[in-house]
Amino acid sequence: MFDLTGRYALVTGATGGIGGAIARAFHAQGATVALSGTRAEVLEQLAAELGERAHVVPANLKDEAAVDALPGAAESAMGGLDILVHNAGVTRDNLFLRMKDEEWSEVLAVNLSAGFRLYRAALKGMMKRRYGRLIGVTSLVGVTGNPGQGNYAASKAGLIGMSKSLAAEVASRNITVNCVAPGFIESPMTEALNEKQREGGISRIPAGRFGQGDEVAAAAVYLASSEAAYVTGQTLHVNGGMAMI
Amino acid sequence: MSDIAERVKKIVIEHLGVDAEKVTENASFIDDLGADSLDTVELVMAFEEEFGCEIPDDAAETILTVGDATRFLEKNAAQA
Repeated sequence: MFDLTGRYALVTGATGGIGGAIARAFHAQGATVALSGTRAEVLEQLAAELGERAHVVPANLKDEAAVDALPGAAESAMGGLDILVHNAGVTRDNLFLRMKDEEWSEVLAVNLSAGFRLYRAALKGMMKRRYGRLIGVTSLVGVTGNPGQGNYAASKAGLIGMSKSLAAEVASRNITVNCVAPGFIESPMTEALNEKQREGGISRIPAGRFGQGDEVAAAAVYLASSEAAYVTGQTLHVNGGMAMI
Repeated sequence: MSDIAERVKKIVIEHLGVDAEKVTENASFIDDLGADSLDTVELVMAFEEEFGCEIPDDAAETILTVGDATRFLEKNAAQA
């Protein structure tokens, strides 16, 4: 089950905790992976660790032209593109009243608009080949909201709505479009939390702990697999029971 | 029938899985040949590939029938 041998997968934000875990899990299931992110040396390290079937395609997702070119670059590097995971995400938290235009637009650009551009660029080939798996890493807060994260929550909710619309458009072409929504996961993003925020988080999680990147990756592996062909337009929540929606 | 018209017809038959006799010059992709809007986008992509050209979105919107496609591609080939 969930074998990805012979599949080609592009993962954005592969320098991060969750993105790295997704890339590792896809690779372990037999996929060829293209690792994207802004820090080329971190990507090179991961590629070296994975060995064969790993390629590095750095890109700055704030640069629209670079985003448009990324799926093509990944396809050239790997020889195909069946799976695209838009995992890259940034936070610029601030109270709504204090939020700067740049804080809003930067988060929307990377988390949402880059996803739109990546999916659009990857779709042509997927439609021709009649196979594709588009997976967006969204967030629990895209569904529940979170004080101080108006921009981030909007971007992640946007990713869910975009995915559902696209899922309906391309389902007949054997392309599925889904999201994975992590709750609190051990990652560089949650390392920024202070002890009080951490404890406050854990008190709201029935599982009593933060999740691990590989627990999110397992959900992505499922959605990327052939076995998930009949699952589209969905959001798979991975949050230790923090919200049951 | 011109070479371009033949190639257009072949693509339409292959892509939409319709009988050759239905693919007449005035046949509308959507109304007569059962295409949906995504099929029409794919047809344009297939024409671009076959003829090695780019069909801009505003031109693509005017290609509604088999004849529209043939005329556009003939004009395009003449300009090339």
